[in-house]
Amino acid sequence: MDFTTFLIQILNAMQYGLLLFLVASGLTLVFGIMGIINLAHGSFYMIGAYLAFALTSMTGNLMLSIALGIPLAFAFGALLEWLLFSHLYKRDHLEQVLLTYGLILIFEELRSLTMGDDVHGVDIPAMFSASIPLSDTLSYPVYRLLISVVCLALAAGLWWLMQRTRLGMMIRAGSHDRDMVQALGIDINMLYRTVFALGVALAALAGMLAAPISSVYPGMGGSVLIISFVIVVIGGIGSVWGALVAALLIGFADTFGKVLVPEFAGLAVYLVMALVLLWRPEGIFRKG
Amino acid sequence: MNKQKGRNTLRTMAGIVGLAFGVLVPFGAVQAAEKIKVGLMLPYTGTFAALGTAITNGFKQYVAEQGGNLAGREVEYFVVDDESDPAKATENANKLVKRDQVDVLVGTVHSGVALGMAKVARDNKTLMIIPNAGADDLTGPLCAPNVFRTSFTNWQPGFAMGKVAAERGHKTAVTLTWKYAAGEEAVNGFTGGFEAGGGKVLKQLTLPFPGVEFQALLTEIASLKPEAVYVFFAGGGAVKFVKDYDAAGLKASIPLYSSGFLTDGTLAAMGGSGEGLLTALHYADGLDNAKDKSFRDSYSTTYKMQPDVYAVQGYDAAQLLKAGLDAVKDGKLEQGAMIKAMAAATVDSPRGAFTLSKAHNPVQDIYLRKAEGQENKVVSIAAPKLADPARGCRM
Amino acid sequence: MNPQNSSRIALVLKLVVLAGLIAFPAFGSSFYTEMVAKILILGIFAMSLDLLVGFTGLVSLGHAAYFGIAAYTVALLTPKYDPADLWLALPASVLAAAAAAFVIGLFVLRTKGIYFIMVTLAFAQMVYFIFHDTALGGGSDGIYVNFKPDASIAGWVPFDLNEPIQLYYFVVVALVAVFVFLTLVLRSPFGRVLVGIRSNEHRMQSLGYATFHYKLAAFTLAGGLAGVAGFLYAVLFGFVTPEYLSWHQSGNVLMMVILGGMGNLAGAVIGAFAFIGLQEMFSDWTKHWQLLMGGVIVAAVLFMPGGLSALPRRIMKKVNGERENG
Repeated sequence: MDFTTFLIQILNAMQYGLLLFLVASGLTLVFGIMGIINLAHGSFYMIGAYLAFALTSMTGNLMLSIALGIPLAFAFGALLEWLLFSHLYKRDHLEQVLLTYGLILIFEELRSLTMGDDVHGVDIPAMFSASIPLSDTLSYPVYRLLISVVCLALAAGLWWLMQRTRLGMMIRAGSHDRDMVQALGIDINMLYRTVFALGVALAALAGMLAAPISSVYPGMGGSVLIISFVIVVIGGIGSVWGALVAALLIGFADTFGKVLVPEFAGLAVYLVMALVLLWRPEGIFRKG
Repeated sequence: MNKQKGRNTLRTMAGIVGLAFGVLVPFGAVQAAEKIKVGLMLPYTGTFAALGTAITNGFKQYVAEQGGNLAGREVEYFVVDDESDPAKATENANKLVKRDQVDVLVGTVHSGVALGMAKVARDNKTLMIIPNAGADDLTGPLCAPNVFRTSFTNWQPGFAMGKVAAERGHKTAVTLTWKYAAGEEAVNGFTGGFEAGGGKVLKQLTLPFPGVEFQALLTEIASLKPEAVYVFFAGGGAVKFVKDYDAAGLKASIPLYSSGFLTDGTLAAMGGSGEGLLTALHYADGLDNAKDKSFRDSYSTTYKMQPDVYAVQGYDAAQLLKAGLDAVKDGKLEQGAMIKAMAAATVDSPRGAFTLSKAHNPVQDIYLRKAEGQENKVVSIAAPKLADPARGCRM
Repeated sequence: MNPQNSSRIALVLKLVVLAGLIAFPAFGSSFYTEMVAKILILGIFAMSLDLLVGFTGLVSLGHAAYFGIAAYTVALLTPKYDPADLWLALPASVLAAAAAAFVIGLFVLRTKGIYFIMVTLAFAQMVYFIFHDTALGGGSDGIYVNFKPDASIAGWVPFDLNEPIQLYYFVVVALVAVFVFLTLVLRSPFGRVLVGIRSNEHRMQSLGYATFHYKLAAFTLAGGLAGVAGFLYAVLFGFVTPEYLSWHQSGNVLMMVILGGMGNLAGAVIGAFAFIGLQEMFSDWTKHWQLLMGGVIVAAVLFMPGGLSALPRRIMKKVNGERENG
């Protein structure tokens, strides 16, 4: 591998890692703050992608669709929390696993009923459809770079939200002691509903942003779910920073695994996880 | 079909209730001698749902053309949705073979499921016709007298494409596919065809199935600078790959070749990125034969959509079955005679007539096609009367 | 109703069901005999998971890995044109599954709670990739078990697994053996420690128990028993595919445990019956049966704590007008 190729691969790894971060961040929030394990997170990613497809075919504009899609996903998340998840806080993890497993089946079938089983494409907005030449044969799509920028901005935004705002302070307090926060007169139910809806919106946003480059197809949520789990495990539950570092780590493991050890590329990310577990069973950035 | 489903439900429930109470539940219907019981085990849900439907439509169209029966026998259908789930393959096949006692199994799309079905067909000596799944092994090491195929082996279009790539003057190539059996078989075919024509495959790249993050491998291709790239992808992965290949600027500099599944039913989702791609397959748009024209006309009238390669394969499965039934005109379904007739049949397919190899796989023309708009237009015959080598078949 | 009476009733019920199972092949067609055999195998699988989930409090979402490893072991041990030796293939499959569970257990048991769930899933996925991506077990298309294992001992043939009825009884015997074995394990001091870990691990630690070792032993044991199920499944169907290890299988078996009511071995078998029964029923009604299945799962979690096996007790309570403390 010559040096230019090596640099491009690093770019690939970072770009993929950042996209993974976007999916995993919502998951780690919901895990960390609410103590809920959510297998349906991949479904929210899938829903986001289909939402982008449906809205774009109506409006003809991806950016507008995303702007419309985020509040829709947020509202959907709040509704789900109210209907189902709010009943789960006092239940054990096993029941959460099962309920969200059931939801995967339901969402996948509803997708099939409403949108069919065909593969769809979403066009990249014209203003980002260019590519930047990197070497004599290879160019890099501007849209991919844009996604990276959005992901970085979101990482910063999430950090700011959690560390610097009153909402973030309440969330952090709520994750430590639900009853105490309630005793302080904060509406904990509303707080949890907000966090959950935020998690759903983040996953859906990832799906919407990825739709033009990943295409939209049945079962797209499944693979994303497991990789997100690995990231959350490596990064430490509830840690936004941890998720970012872990996502980048996985981006590197995946990219260089494919290039250097193609026979075992599928295993690369899991081996990284196993090693991290040996070193730190609760993830790199475990909380307190 | 609905009536049939209802009866299955009843029988399944009776079976379960009977089990719970240990009660005798007699079932199994008396059948008339003239009927042929056809078990359709195909995907009607999930990623391959459209393919399963097309195969079913094609099969039923041929039966309709024959006046609603095959060789004078009424056709009774038993339908199971295989969900493209290999974990359920054998028991789903058993539903048709042991519960419904079908005379012939028709299926399926997914190679892993087809392998499970073939296991049941071999163990129970049930006639089986595969209308899509391309696993080389099915008419290779796992070939059996009672197992037929009306589609292709993964090797066939791959080999033809390799041959064409070499003929077009490319000296070096890189291949890329998912790390799964179908992809590896197709790549073996391509490598065989390409290297027989004097080319050299520099590297066989793979990525885990069904991953769609191609960027690292595109970078690898760009740095290897081959004269041609061959890929095997289908469905969502195909769409994403072609778009990525285009966006990375590679489409303009390194020609992309593939087995036809890359561009079958996916061109719309690819947008403009698929335009002009060359692929090899045993069917194409714009074939100049009367059979294809009449097939397409009546298919589009009946089903209000254009037929595809899958519909053709289903149609030919029914034709092949009729060839077998013709040999047992008014007697009972004597399997030996049917197998003999089917193996010797010439199937007048919309793709062009084909015969079967010793291993029961079509010996057929593989077309070179070019993507234009929503169509894969025939360019030329890439490999005439191509037979799969059927390595390992002892029959 | 005093506890002794109710346990006696439970025993009688179990014997009646067992008698029904033994009598079944005389009445059911070969298709239903095979289907029941399959359900019983899944019952073994569910019981092995129940040891972890219901008794030790370890929610594993990767249990299909051990099932699959055993299935692949028998497939790989079977020569192309000959049967494998049952008395070699069965222990080898179970040991392979147990060994994998032991190694993976060393990693996953370092974690707790949500982590444990996710990590077991991830490790199972890793094993899935080993079989899917490498040529080891025939790759993505799967592999045949061309011949069912041969049960002969030095020329004497006690039974023949090629006979569907004999294979069925072999499965029934395996089910009873695993049930009795697990019952004994749970009554032993070892089993009591496991239950103690479930209710309060810290307390067990402060009582001086090395809980990690106990959990590892339980995890290994559960893996080995899942291997029994995987072995039987491969022998029954003669076909092994990587999908046996997919996380959907892990989810399904967990659902069986819950449907039946966790912490109840007989419940796990009931759960297997209920799950497959529902699946068959729904898939005959509509091709979108997963929607109904998902609905049932969600409803079961929300409205049916304790699973099916707790249903009679809950109904009795209602009938007796007692206050429910669900």
